[in-house]
Amino acid sequence: MKRVADFLLPAVGVVLALIVWWATSTVVPDLPSPMKTWEESKIYILKPLEKRGEMDQGIALLAYYSLMRVARGFLLGIAIGTPLGFLLGMSKTLTRVFDPIMQVIRPISPLAWLPLGLVIFQKSEPAALFAIAVCSMWPTVINTMAGVRAIPQDYWNVARVLRLSRFTTFAKVVVPATLPYMFTGFRLSLGIAWLVIVASEMLTGTPGVGGFLWQEYNSLIYAHILLAILTIGVVGFVLDRLMGLAEARLRAI
Amino acid sequence: MAYIEVARVAKSFVTSGGAAREVLSDVSLSVERGEFVSILGTMGCGKSTLLKILAGLVPADSGRVTVAGEVVRGVRPSAAIVFQNYSLLPWFSALENVRLAVSAAFPDWPREQQREQAVRHLRSVGLGDAVDRRPGQLSGGMRQRVAIARAFAIEPEILFLDEPFGALDALTRDSLQQELARLCSDAGRPITTVMITNSVEEALLLSDRILPMTAGPRATLGAPVAVELGKPRSASELLHGDQAAEVRGRVLGLLTEELERARGARRSGAPAPAVTLALRVAPEME
Repeated sequence: MKRVADFLLPAVGVVLALIVWWATSTVVPDLPSPMKTWEESKIYILKPLEKRGEMDQGIALLAYYSLMRVARGFLLGIAIGTPLGFLLGMSKTLTRVFDPIMQVIRPISPLAWLPLGLVIFQKSEPAALFAIAVCSMWPTVINTMAGVRAIPQDYWNVARVLRLSRFTTFAKVVVPATLPYMFTGFRLSLGIAWLVIVASEMLTGTPGVGGFLWQEYNSLIYAHILLAILTIGVVGFVLDRLMGLAEARLRAI
Repeated sequence: MAYIEVARVAKSFVTSGGAAREVLSDVSLSVERGEFVSILGTMGCGKSTLLKILAGLVPADSGRVTVAGEVVRGVRPSAAIVFQNYSLLPWFSALENVRLAVSAAFPDWPREQQREQAVRHLRSVGLGDAVDRRPGQLSGGMRQRVAIARAFAIEPEILFLDEPFGALDALTRDSLQQELARLCSDAGRPITTVMITNSVEEALLLSDRILPMTAGPRATLGAPVAVELGKPRSASELLHGDQAAEVRGRVLGLLTEELERARGARRSGAPAPAVTLALRVAPEME
């Protein structure tokens, strides 16, 4: 009975959403209905790996390009964000130096960073990575910092009583104690990176789910916009779940 | 000059309200090499702070602490500390926890020898079969065994014990106390030990000398009571022996005086002393 409910209740939600979508499409003439969206999009879904042109590719390929771009930007972001978080967590002085800058930089939209990236790097690809890294690193910085600050006095005492070197203290006490916080940061950062990818692909016109969305809007194929939107949602959901699983495993230790 | 020498140490903490609270005031004591001394006092009287000052974890505001003639600044390489809350690293196995201490104490030893040392000390506390388990998979008593093994594995000259059995149930506490006495006598070299406790029986079982501590704030040490009983001491000897009864009587007398004094002070507005001590002592007096 519980199993049935587990399956049935989310299904009810999906059906309701489809009804709202369908009802809206009867009122808004340019919005394709669910059926029309499927008809016009099925080639992308049924042949997910087919490459017909630069933007005209199977949805899995487009998602793959976007994911690779996100992966690079995200890794760049956490490669900068993690050490920065440790430094800020361990030094109150550094926190006071950088806190105002961080507070100002953090709320800046990816759409604002991208033109600056284009000015600096002159090419769309590095500009996109720059925007993803700069926007997505903050949860990692802040969670790592909070994690270091939350290390119980007991653990610092262990390090002092055992007279561990600075390096050993960092590697064997500080990093393991901070790891669960770091991973929460990574998870949030990855979510933001995935949000930024669409904006940056739309502005730079590079192949990927966001680039595809923008091109199909310009080509007036509105069903494909919906396809892209759904893909972005599903991929984002799967990413978050995967990071959640990794996080839960870490916390179980 | 004694091995550990504490002269007129005072320590205040700033409370959250911003006012300074004097925890320790004018504390002096000396411990001879190889001696086992217990500092006995009620909860919250500042005895843990005193131990942390002795161990070099916390600096004193004034006064002097010397060990073997050297002024204490930071934790000494030859000192081991066992805390009440075990202080094990939860992401490491029992073996890794002990190895971390061994490799920091004996960095020049080959890895295999460091491992051997850690395993040997875990075996000596009866954890030979649990070396790969993490602290989370061990009971409180077993965790404290790991902490004790870790302390002995660095072959310390000084052992600081901060209510080492305070978080354990009575049966586990009894067996670990006996085990600690055995480890100290098996070490084959003098280990100078300072133990913080709120149990008279624990102090009687293990110490050469008991130093009662007055209730905080402004805690200081009372006159020491020597425990002139041979070691190892058996439970029945402590329970029925005349000498043990006499020492117990003197310690309790000092502490009761102390409690009376604190009660008087409470009436005049000072904070109440913890009553744990009275509760812990009562059943053993019957």
